Amino acid sequence: MLRDLLIALIVLTNFTMVATGRINKAIQVAVLQGVLLGLLPLAMGLGRHLHILLMVAAAITVKGWLIPSLFRRAMRKVKIHREVDPYVGFTASLVLCALGTGLALLLASHLPLAPGSEFKLFVPASLSTLLTGFILLITRRKALTQVVGYLVLENGIYLFGLMLIEDMPVLVETGILLDLFVGIFVMGIVLNHITVAFDSMDTRHLAELKD
Amino acid sequence: MAWFLIALPLLAALAAFLTRSVALRARLLPVTGALHLAALLYALRAWDRLPPDAWIGLDALGGWTLLVISVLFCVCACYAPAYLALRPERDNRVFTTSFLCFLGLASLLAQARHPGLVWVAMETTTLATAPLIYFNHNRRSLEATWKYLIIGSVGIALALLGTLFLAYAAHLGGLQEPLLFSSLTRDGADLLSRPWLRAAFVLTLVGYGTKMGLAPLHTWKPDAYGETPGVIGALLAGGVTSCAFLALLRIYSVVAAAGEIEFARELMVGMGLLSMLWAAVFMVRQLDIRRLLAYSSVEHMGILVFGIGIGGRAARFALFHLAANALVKCVLFMSAGNINRSYASKRLPYVRGAIRRTPVSGWLFFLGFLAITGTPPFAPFISEFNIAAAALAQPYLWTGVAFLVLLGGIFLAMSDTVVQVVFGTPPPDRARTPYRDTWATTAPLVAALALSMTMGLWLPEPLANMIRSAGDVVEGVR
Repeated sequence: MLRDLLIALIVLTNFTMVATGRINKAIQVAVLQGVLLGLLPLAMGLGRHLHILLMVAAAITVKGWLIPSLFRRAMRKVKIHREVDPYVGFTASLVLCALGTGLALLLASHLPLAPGSEFKLFVPASLSTLLTGFILLITRRKALTQVVGYLVLENGIYLFGLMLIEDMPVLVETGILLDLFVGIFVMGIVLNHITVAFDSMDTRHLAELKD
Repeated sequence: MAWFLIALPLLAALAAFLTRSVALRARLLPVTGALHLAALLYALRAWDRLPPDAWIGLDALGGWTLLVISVLFCVCACYAPAYLALRPERDNRVFTTSFLCFLGLASLLAQARHPGLVWVAMETTTLATAPLIYFNHNRRSLEATWKYLIIGSVGIALALLGTLFLAYAAHLGGLQEPLLFSSLTRDGADLLSRPWLRAAFVLTLVGYGTKMGLAPLHTWKPDAYGETPGVIGALLAGGVTSCAFLALLRIYSVVAAAGEIEFARELMVGMGLLSMLWAAVFMVRQLDIRRLLAYSSVEHMGILVFGIGIGGRAARFALFHLAANALVKCVLFMSAGNINRSYASKRLPYVRGAIRRTPVSGWLFFLGFLAITGTPPFAPFISEFNIAAAALAQPYLWTGVAFLVLLGGIFLAMSDTVVQVVFGTPPPDRARTPYRDTWATTAPLVAALALSMTMGLWLPEPLANMIRSAGDVVEGVR
């Protein structure tokens, strides 16, 4: 019950993120989503495995503390607060997100689950989160929002990984942890360099190279 | 031996990172490259005796790919010290460390026997090469690095999801960890859940295809290859793409062993032809020679997956083409780098008549162009000819015809730019930089070109055996 509630909240955060124009809010919602995802294994009753508890602790630390502090540093430097003039408007991206969620449900209905599986909501929710990440990555101009999109994309994969975590812990945990740490590490470095080199984080400045 | 191949370059990278001596760092590259190649040749004697429960070890497919990467690394490493000497203003610590890390991680990838481990190696390879793209530390290289990282990370994330899908397919089939390829491509293949397996292949094709630079997922490629020094371009175009291709083939071999090869083949052939078409369109009147080479790389990634998709003889020659492409790309990128250095530009109205200013690099660039477009007696001719012949022997003639038409179109599009660059009249007002062709900046390229010519004429029997066996691995022959 609690588990399904958490998943519903995660899907709701997807919609909030695409609809907002304030970068600060998008980051906060992404952090909230990360923490909700971090709590999910506990709601699934996996708290009895020590290795899963450690992974949960790592995920919550990274998603709930490390990433927000990286973002706060970047935001202080660049002094931009709003996503101005995105390639696709906020209402349109909300519609896209809804369509994406519908598509995720459709795709998930074609993928069989183990008989009697309790993970019915996991596949559509993870695909929907993945598509939301894509929408943010493709339709926004600011590097910061694009990084948020990448985080959401990874959240979707993490959600899917939770389905397998009890049966294939080695594969899932290495994948998720590496993705988390290294991805953020590099994003942090790049964000930092962009602020230094451009005094702004608009990827429109990153458009010198073309044919 | 398996661990030595991984540890040697990583330890060398650590040494390069820690030492203060600039000269020592530059010298570490060729020494490590030569040692790695020697150790690999020794380890390759046992490629057909891999224990089935090993997590790490060389099989025919991984061994062949790693051999290609190791030879390519040696050529680049012999060229790199001379290049770094030309750029004393840039600290070479990050360059050498990243370069050596790449070799260690590529060795891990080639020997990984677990889909998760393959993914980990591919992810870390991406990260190790990102600082190389930012080598010039200017706005343009930052833009290229940003695109490489964000597009590459998304691709690699999708590949992770594909790997998890594969794991779920195995989970539904009742397989337990560890999911080693030795079981996934044999008895385990029958148990995999088919819908999940197909979805896993689509995701990994998109994910690893992004890293390879298959159209339409190649958009980072012209920027990344265009803004880096030639030697890094060569390593990316021959090394990183080969790694991604191997990662894709690992999943493909599972799909093939499960009897779903027809489904995978259609996707591969379609993606291959699309990449070649896309590359051909963007090569027409391309003024920037480095971007021209990047599109040529898109084209050759297309040829690789096309050959695998046609299957049988074409799949074996696609594996042969991996080596042919890597060697010739090496020559092209580094000779183009020399030419750019002499003109302080890489765009066409300025770079003309290279054959008069830098005769050796000019000729190497021209011969490299002839080789890559499939002129005998170079190695790419053999592979392209055989892939085309196998495609034409299929019941549907149109794939083979489309392949040949695209090859012809690409030759014409590329020759337009290359002939102007090599044989045009040098612009009189263009100041000449102090760069001159030297022994150190051309001899490794001559060696690579000679090797590619040798491969076009003669392939040693043990290597031919290994390619045959690797072809069987790819096609899921049990």
